[in-house]
Amino acid sequence: MELTSLIVRGLVIFTVFAVTLLIATYSTLAERKIAGFLQDRLGPDRAGPFGILQPLADAVKLFFKEEFIPSHANKWLFIVGPSLAMLTALMSSAVIPFGNEFSIDGQLIPVQGITVNIGLLYIFGVVSLGVYGLMIGGWASNNKFSLLGAIRAASQNISYELAMGMSIIAVLMLAGSLDLRQIVIDQQDNVWNVVRQPLGCVIFITCAFAECNRTPFDLPECEQELVGGYHTEYGSMKLGLYLFSEYINMFVSSAVIATLYFGGYDVPYLSTLGLDKNIETIIGIVALFGKIFFFIFFFMWVRWTLPRFRYDQLMNLGWKSLIPLAILNLILTGGGILAWEHFTK
Amino acid sequence: MADKLFYFLAFVTVLSALMVVFSKNPVHSVLYLILTFFSISGQYVILNAQFLAVVNIIVYAGAIMVLFLFVIMFLNMRTAAEDARKRNALIQLAGVISSGLLLTIVISALVRVDMAAHIAPAKALNTQVGMVENLGIELFTNFLVPFELASVLFIAAMVGAVLLAKREEGERNAF
Amino acid sequence: MESTTYLPSDYLPIIVQFAAAIGFVIFSMVLSHAIGPKRHSKVKDAQWESGIASVGDARTPVSIKYFLIAILFVLFDVEVIFMYPWAVNFRQLGMVGFIEMVLFMSTLLAGFYYVIKKGVLNWE
Repeated sequence: MELTSLIVRGLVIFTVFAVTLLIATYSTLAERKIAGFLQDRLGPDRAGPFGILQPLADAVKLFFKEEFIPSHANKWLFIVGPSLAMLTALMSSAVIPFGNEFSIDGQLIPVQGITVNIGLLYIFGVVSLGVYGLMIGGWASNNKFSLLGAIRAASQNISYELAMGMSIIAVLMLAGSLDLRQIVIDQQDNVWNVVRQPLGCVIFITCAFAECNRTPFDLPECEQELVGGYHTEYGSMKLGLYLFSEYINMFVSSAVIATLYFGGYDVPYLSTLGLDKNIETIIGIVALFGKIFFFIFFFMWVRWTLPRFRYDQLMNLGWKSLIPLAILNLILTGGGILAWEHFTK
Repeated sequence: MADKLFYFLAFVTVLSALMVVFSKNPVHSVLYLILTFFSISGQYVILNAQFLAVVNIIVYAGAIMVLFLFVIMFLNMRTAAEDARKRNALIQLAGVISSGLLLTIVISALVRVDMAAHIAPAKALNTQVGMVENLGIELFTNFLVPFELASVLFIAAMVGAVLLAKREEGERNAF
Repeated sequence: MESTTYLPSDYLPIIVQFAAAIGFVIFSMVLSHAIGPKRHSKVKDAQWESGIASVGDARTPVSIKYFLIAILFVLFDVEVIFMYPWAVNFRQLGMVGFIEMVLFMSTLLAGFYYVIKKGVLNWE
């Protein structure tokens, strides 16, 4: 890869990185505002007009708090835990196609960090690595409750990863490639996957909730039962990194849901307008972000609507309901594709 | 460029593998092993075996190491436990002998290898052989029987795991 | 589906992202350790267990159910990995490939059924 195209890709990645951080920061504000809206009250509105500067205030507060490490904790691992959680959260957005290609000076620049053969598996791999942030954090705290919380959080995470992986397979059968851009192109040529894969979409969204540790699956962090779970002993920026990584995960999950099932940067009938390619790309990017914002809102909406699952209900759902349903979805999709090919040949 | 990258990754691999063995804290060992897997995946990427690289991460670093970490947390290993064991001279002698034997075998096998004969004749190399699509076709046509046999292996593993877990049924389950 | 050529150099931009992520993490850690008071005291540095004095350290044994979840996860993860190359080539492999995969999955589902019947996935 020549230096110029590497630099261009690097710029794309950097922009996406900055946008991710910005959106995650304002998600923290949006969460509290939406919570207020759903509970018929105003959210934070003291720091700046409509509370716009609230995330800044929160960040400054977290930075200035005392960073302490409990005396019996394993010092190095105590710091590695939240760092790992943040690192995996930030790495996952590299393969998502945020738009079609920009054509500048005849060069086609795809709005995608890396265009690799195994795009979707990269995300799956990074999600698998996300478990370590929780486990190491809980272990390093040297606290009975943290350890228990960490093991339960890890078990929840891995159980739902399976159903997630299986529901994606049906999308792959339709698209024929793991590259996310190909999946979007396939949806452009046919119809959005939510229409062809309703069951798969529901399963994937449920698993995304569980992977992000969002209600109704947020038992690992719930306050009453376990004094905060795996991040009991954490304060200041280390806790800040844990909480912030949850919002970044939410952003990336929304982006993946939008790309896999809702057409990504595709806007129906856009190509019939015959606009300039760069304008089309920009409209696509805006459309994708619109979908992402909708899903972030959806994440928060569900949080204030559904009660939390008990741990055994959670695990039963993951193992005994979602995995068989995902396999059923797979078989139905396979049969459907074969029947379709047979009858339209 | 690829050369330098290879040497760097090889260095990281060997260093982290050594740290796995020499580190006192078992959780540190697990982390170093994860680093080893990452550097091996990097080497797969250099060879353009992209699917293998990411599967290595997902299965090894993402699933098997999680299992290891669970076990370490279960057995609540402490670094103090290591020193408490007496250094048994007989065990050390056995270790030296067995690793010495292994070293002898490896060296004698490598000495006999004629590298030139193993380099494939210059026919067209398909650089895309490591991609998911091509790998899939190979797996499900030429390697179908091992694939189906793997499922038998899995069911054996499942039954074994259930048997081991079930045996503890009588005790009071903490938490 | 165009057949594009994928090369190892496709992965280079990841280094940019990794550098940015590590930079951000290190920056926040260093900054927050640097700013901020440091007031240690014996009681404050002890573990928090809802104000009850802690007895012993955290190394108490945990139930074996979690271990079994991890093992089952490894097995099913490998199964899912096998399904990926099949799914991508689904149309090419056609009916025959579909039957082969259903055979593979049915063996695994039989094992899964056994696991559920044995009740080891209960009380979770």
